[in-house]
Amino acid sequence: MAEHYTLHVNGEAREVTDAWVGESLLHVLRERLELRGTKGACEQGECGSCSVLVDDRLVCSCLTLAATSVGRRIVTVEGVQSDAAAQSAHDENSSGALTDVQRAFVEAGAVQCGFCTPGLVMAVHALVDGRAPGDAPTEDEIRERLSGNICRCTGYGRIMEAVRVVVRQRLGEVAR
Amino acid sequence: MSVLVPTSLAEALAALADGPGRVALAGGTDLMVLVNEGHRHLDTDSVIVAVDRIPELDGWRLDPQGRGATDGRVASLWLGAGLRWSEIEHGPIAERVPALAQAARTVGSPQIRAAGTIGGNIATSSPAGDGLPVLAALDAVVHLASASGTRDIPFSEFMTGPKRNVLAGGELVTGVTVPVFEGWQGYSKVGVRNAMVISTASACLAHDRAGGSVRIALGSVGPVIIRCTAAEELLASRLDLRSATAVSDSVVTEVAALVRQAARPIDDHRSTAAYRRHAVGVLAERLVRRAFTDG
Amino acid sequence: MTVVEHGTRPDVGAPPRRGTLGDSTLRPDGVAKVDGSYLFSGDHSIDGFVWGATLRSPHPHARIVRLDTAPALAIPGVVAVVSADDVPGAPTYGLISHDQPVFARDVVRFVGEPVAAVAADHPETCRRALDAIIVEYEVLPALLDPEAAITGAFAPIHPDGNVIRHQRIVRGDQSIVGPVVVEGTYELGMQDQAFLGLEAALAEPLSGTGTSAGVRLHVATQWLHEDRAQIAACLGLPEEAVHLVLGGVGGAFGAREDISLQVHCALLALRTGRPVRMAYSRRESFLGHVHRHPCTIWMRHHADHDGTIRRIEARFVFDGGAYASTSSAVLINGVTHAQGPYRCDNATVDGWAVRTNHLPCGAMRGFGVVQACFAHESQMDRLAAACGLDPLEVRRRNAMRTGDRLITGQVVESVAPVERIIRELSEMPMPDGERTGALALPGGTGLTADESHVRRGVGWAVSIKNLMYSETFDDYSTARVRLRSGVATVKFATAEVGQGFVTLAGQIARTVLGVDDVVLDTIDTLVGSAGSTSASRQTWMSGGAVDGACRLVRERLFDHVARIHGVDALRLTIDGLDVVEVDPSTGHPLPAGQGVRVPVASVDVEFDETFEHHHRPTEHLDADGQGNCHTAFAFAAHRAVVDVDPDLGLVKVVEIATVQDVGRALNPLSVVGQIEGGIAQGLGLAVMEEIVQIDGVVRNASFTDYLLPTFMDMPPVRIGLVEEPEPQAPMGAKGVGEPPTVSSTPAIVAAIRDALGERGAGIVRVPVRPQDICGL
Repeated sequence: MAEHYTLHVNGEAREVTDAWVGESLLHVLRERLELRGTKGACEQGECGSCSVLVDDRLVCSCLTLAATSVGRRIVTVEGVQSDAAAQSAHDENSSGALTDVQRAFVEAGAVQCGFCTPGLVMAVHALVDGRAPGDAPTEDEIRERLSGNICRCTGYGRIMEAVRVVVRQRLGEVAR
Repeated sequence: MSVLVPTSLAEALAALADGPGRVALAGGTDLMVLVNEGHRHLDTDSVIVAVDRIPELDGWRLDPQGRGATDGRVASLWLGAGLRWSEIEHGPIAERVPALAQAARTVGSPQIRAAGTIGGNIATSSPAGDGLPVLAALDAVVHLASASGTRDIPFSEFMTGPKRNVLAGGELVTGVTVPVFEGWQGYSKVGVRNAMVISTASACLAHDRAGGSVRIALGSVGPVIIRCTAAEELLASRLDLRSATAVSDSVVTEVAALVRQAARPIDDHRSTAAYRRHAVGVLAERLVRRAFTDG
Repeated sequence: MTVVEHGTRPDVGAPPRRGTLGDSTLRPDGVAKVDGSYLFSGDHSIDGFVWGATLRSPHPHARIVRLDTAPALAIPGVVAVVSADDVPGAPTYGLISHDQPVFARDVVRFVGEPVAAVAADHPETCRRALDAIIVEYEVLPALLDPEAAITGAFAPIHPDGNVIRHQRIVRGDQSIVGPVVVEGTYELGMQDQAFLGLEAALAEPLSGTGTSAGVRLHVATQWLHEDRAQIAACLGLPEEAVHLVLGGVGGAFGAREDISLQVHCALLALRTGRPVRMAYSRRESFLGHVHRHPCTIWMRHHADHDGTIRRIEARFVFDGGAYASTSSAVLINGVTHAQGPYRCDNATVDGWAVRTNHLPCGAMRGFGVVQACFAHESQMDRLAAACGLDPLEVRRRNAMRTGDRLITGQVVESVAPVERIIRELSEMPMPDGERTGALALPGGTGLTADESHVRRGVGWAVSIKNLMYSETFDDYSTARVRLRSGVATVKFATAEVGQGFVTLAGQIARTVLGVDDVVLDTIDTLVGSAGSTSASRQTWMSGGAVDGACRLVRERLFDHVARIHGVDALRLTIDGLDVVEVDPSTGHPLPAGQGVRVPVASVDVEFDETFEHHHRPTEHLDADGQGNCHTAFAFAAHRAVVDVDPDLGLVKVVEIATVQDVGRALNPLSVVGQIEGGIAQGLGLAVMEEIVQIDGVVRNASFTDYLLPTFMDMPPVRIGLVEEPEPQAPMGAKGVGEPPTVSSTPAIVAAIRDALGERGAGIVRVPVRPQDICGL
């Protein structure tokens, strides 16, 4: 338990001290940095609950050795911000604002037990962020890009609806 | 116990050479599963050598001279071991080696593809490794390096058994070179789910039109990736592979039979030997028809 | 019928509403769940805690010859090791019979049975401690064949014997034969609930006076009070010394009805005097909770040439695994639903729930009826074929109605719109035949099929599912409601597992009390039991309790308003947000302006009422399986459209359409969520989900190998709701959680058979595996 290193999480430098070398990024985020919004459900990269952004890539934090993430930009559900939300948070000094993706999940009924939700929120952001208006993903593309995130409660129907809402608002109509 | 994050190949190789208990870690998608499950304890003498920031392992290069793979007959593509599946799935690599892109698309989930590398797939050497049938079919050459030198190993000699290969202690996969064939190529994989699934049987067919050959390789139906030379020879004997655009039903049936004979599947919790043998024949049949579409 | 086209919200375009009954009110915990701040049971932590972990048996059946925990205790960082000798109270627990050891003492009976537990400073230290514990086993022959448990060919593997329960049903004329006879033997594999939120808990030791030390446990469960009773008994503590708080629950589906880590975690906390966190891995979760019973069902239908069912015969064998859990109740649900939603006066049914050295089985969504429905619906298709009838027509002709008698002799008093749901399902449009791109084909990204390899099939299934508990269980739920200054505070012990009871509770309070502000109190054991979040019962039972408590509070409010304003309390009612006087001649509220706002009416006073809702009593079955054992019933019909690649045996489900009898949709958005989610689990059982045990050893205890439907496996769902309010139900609403899981599976299998043509008859087992479709 002798590892010391610094991670850059949600825009802040976070010290990790006295860590065991085998700890996954998931464990470090949850247990050492107390960012428990990121969930673990399979430890094998087969459910997507632990999805975070590392240098803008959506990855499973359970399969990322924390100590190898030094120097990378890590964004968790606690730090995710859409451009609009970042702006309004800055303006109103209210960091608790939801992103359009998060809002759509609540309003479309995409949340039941909610355990898969943080990972899905990250996955949907990875899908839609940075796309130009008009570049709406198709129905199939949405399904494929979210196929690494298992939801056991909803049957995905309302999640799909939440994604449609976001895509429609940002990028245009979802084609079949 | 520690983690090293070398930023050059020399540094990485020096670290790996420094003693036993040195473990190379690229995307983490294989090793971390074992660590999380407690199957692989990382103890006081373990050193993780993270190889995900080494410029020499990054990217890809097209070599019109085909050096390292085809000796000038056709172009070749060097793929860095650190290439992630998401970088292979689309774009310029996909255009040149479409079968590899198709295989890339079936690797795990999007998250896995954003982390897992082709070098890791090669080094792990699982019979179910999605990229491996493509490398076998293309007669890829695997590039290895250690502190004491480099060597190039044909893929057919690289993998020696399930999760076993010729990698020596201190040695690292640095890249792989594949030919850029003119001719159809494709990859098919059977899994029980429509996404994110380990293959129960897979096959790759690559047609080297200029060279007059068809290559067929099978995954998940034996301890190693199986090249089906009998079927390849049959196709070469029945078709003029430099010009053929169609194939007869009887040839297709014979190919499937030869593929099934070549397979050496087992029963396990994922499937049965009988099904795997059957399925890989169906895959081969369909790949042959796709390759020669006028049939 | 309300038709919910897929992709649209049920009340889209409707004006904003207050969040009363009938609205698609949004979840009160939704924001916390999307921003990551919601605390699940594994997220609770307090200073000074240590980690707990469990040592499990590697053998399906073995004698423990030696157990030495000393080497584990010697590891730096390990603070406690406990095993059977350390359990201060009852050595065993269980939901119906207390036959399962907290820790195995002399014998282990399944792979994964807990043998010891450790507490240490880090999960990795725990792992090393578990490795250091020495257990010597003498391996015993394992009982793996359920039939051997029935015949007595195998010596008892447990003092309670190898048969958990046997029940037959004999009704009517036993001599009826034919003229049309169809029969088959059907098999279901073991399904896992696979909730995402792994078993996890935080136990805090509570310093009490003298010997009355207690423990507080933050845990994900379906039934706080039942857990508390079992935990307290095993710890040798009075129930009051055990405080259970619902940790956020990441799904349940039956798997949290039984105890898993509760006693271990609490015991370690009491032993160490420190807070203890336990968190199962996925592998451990597969081993550490009960599953859906594997089942073999033989069934024979005798019918007239016009398809009218005259008599059914059936034999059920449920493999209960090593411990009883709820096997006896699952068995009863199976055999009493053998007829399906069809009239049948004559029956000969025999059923067994047996003990084996497989993983223990118990509750999972559908609870015995999933198994029965797969068999009776497979039979209905055979009957249709034998009579030359359309599959829907044979079902319509036999459709049960309110007032019909079941094969148990019980009269179906519930609304039973079976004919209507069949008709409305048949009127739903079919999906178009167009397949867009490779992903639409079976095999998905594996690119296995071309359009020419694919055949489409359509299948139908209809189900009946009992609601609430059966067989004399005094099933009730408690709620406490306080009203002060227009704020209603609602307290209950109802486990919110994702289904949305927290949403419904607010809707009820707003509707009954005329308030906008509802505060939901902590869900814990500091109020009476709510019963279990299972058996599709909480909307009815806990909904009834909240409704009842709100009504009591409202009476107090009316008395108060009546006193102050000098009016007759019996003439007061709630109209929106106002207490108003009703014109006795018209029954309508008196003109506006006469009312008083609830916050004003309740200022500076508090009305505090608690209500228990009980459903009507039920009876035991007699030796012939006769008796009013069930409470109420709900019905559903499903149509599946599938594309099958017959040569590779791969399936893509194209669409599911369903019409469900819901009584009343109190929250249409929640109802849709339950239906879509339930169907996904039915789809999983139909084509991919099975725990594979070979020689008693689980081979696929991971999400790599136990496959769950992904975004690319689950098709769009077309939903129709039939709302005929159920007179027995407090708000007219039936439970909606289970029916979608019950009949979606057989509908998908029927569609696969349809796509396969004559070869389809060979498909008699779920999950349908590629090798089954290929006939290998």
